[in-house]
Amino acid sequence: MKKIKDADLQLLLGHVLRAGTVISITIVFFGGVIYLHRHGHLIADYKIFRGTPGFIHEPAGLFKGVMQLRGQAIIQTGIILLIATPVLRVIFSAVGFALEKDYLYVGISLLVLLIIFASTLSGHAV
Amino acid sequence: MSIIIFTIILLIGSYFAGLLGSLTGLGGGVVIIPLLTLLLKVDIHYAIGASLVSVIATSSGSAAAYVREGITNMRLGMFLEIATTAGAMCGAILAVYIPTHYIAILFGIILICSALLSLRKKREVIIAQKNELAKKLRLNDSYPTQAGMVDYGISNVGGGFFMMLFAGVISGLLGIGSGALKVVAMDTIMRIPFKVSTTTSNFMIGVTASASAVVYLQRGYISPGLSMPVVIGVLLGALTGSKILVNSTSSHWLRWVFAIVVTFLAGQMIYNGITGKI
Repeated sequence: MKKIKDADLQLLLGHVLRAGTVISITIVFFGGVIYLHRHGHLIADYKIFRGTPGFIHEPAGLFKGVMQLRGQAIIQTGIILLIATPVLRVIFSAVGFALEKDYLYVGISLLVLLIIFASTLSGHAV
Repeated sequence: MSIIIFTIILLIGSYFAGLLGSLTGLGGGVVIIPLLTLLLKVDIHYAIGASLVSVIATSSGSAAAYVREGITNMRLGMFLEIATTAGAMCGAILAVYIPTHYIAILFGIILICSALLSLRKKREVIIAQKNELAKKLRLNDSYPTQAGMVDYGISNVGGGFFMMLFAGVISGLLGIGSGALKVVAMDTIMRIPFKVSTTTSNFMIGVTASASAVVYLQRGYISPGLSMPVVIGVLLGALTGSKILVNSTSSHWLRWVFAIVVTFLAGQMIYNGITGKI
């Protein structure tokens, strides 16, 4: 019985990872087309580190940028989804292990999520 | 250089980086960072951000296929992810305080180590004795082979965990998957069959990279215009690589060519780091 459930979880995680990758890359691609159409003729400048443009740095600005169909905002949304995909996989693992009544691994999955959460906060502090 | 030309060059370069990375098992990040910093003179912070995003894409894309085949040891992956994500968080925080030329030198050193490690002869070892901790954590598993399901045991869980912490720090600091380090931890320390260690390492790379990407995202390291061609190129290259069936003699030859190329790039990174050009 346990073996079958593990196989179910593996199938589910496979779906989550594939869907996450395909959806986010598609968004990145569409954002890229808009970005190149609007900014392609400008000069590429990545020699000096200046961070990223202000409007894609805050969630509110990012949302506004997507609504206005700004290329960079759409690309960044796709990238954020891509970063979220493995995290989503851990969340689904936690739920899957809970269904299997494997509470040790529910705990381990939650600990991994906690570390990522702490990491997110540490980035915000600077 | 106009953005459109720059994007096309990056797309092509990233495609070959992804292809080589997938064929040799080293990952695309180790080629992307030298390509961006040495050839295209991109600031190393942006290079690390773009590479990290491409690492997540390839890991998720290929892990999706492996995990269904049942080769990946999910419990082992989850358990070791505690170490890799904690390490990655520390690496990303450390990266802010370390001057960029030290990061370039460290990158070169890790690159040479990874290339040497990839030349190692691989043999499939299956150990039967059960480690107490591995038993408690239910890490011992079985995996499908041509001869049916084979059970395997895991030794030195503590040592492997510690090595994963180190692999996580390197991944967070340099923006690479550090798959070579993860495989070594599982192969030589924990004595896991090679097929299981490669797929499980790949399974862990995505979440490890995400743990440091959340830091880099907020610090503005992840530039959309730069990451877009890199992530698309590397992913397509890795996809092509997974479709090509390499026979063992040409794979050996390819590994040598790649090791030489990588050593050259590593030397350039170290030289530019020492002279302060990066």
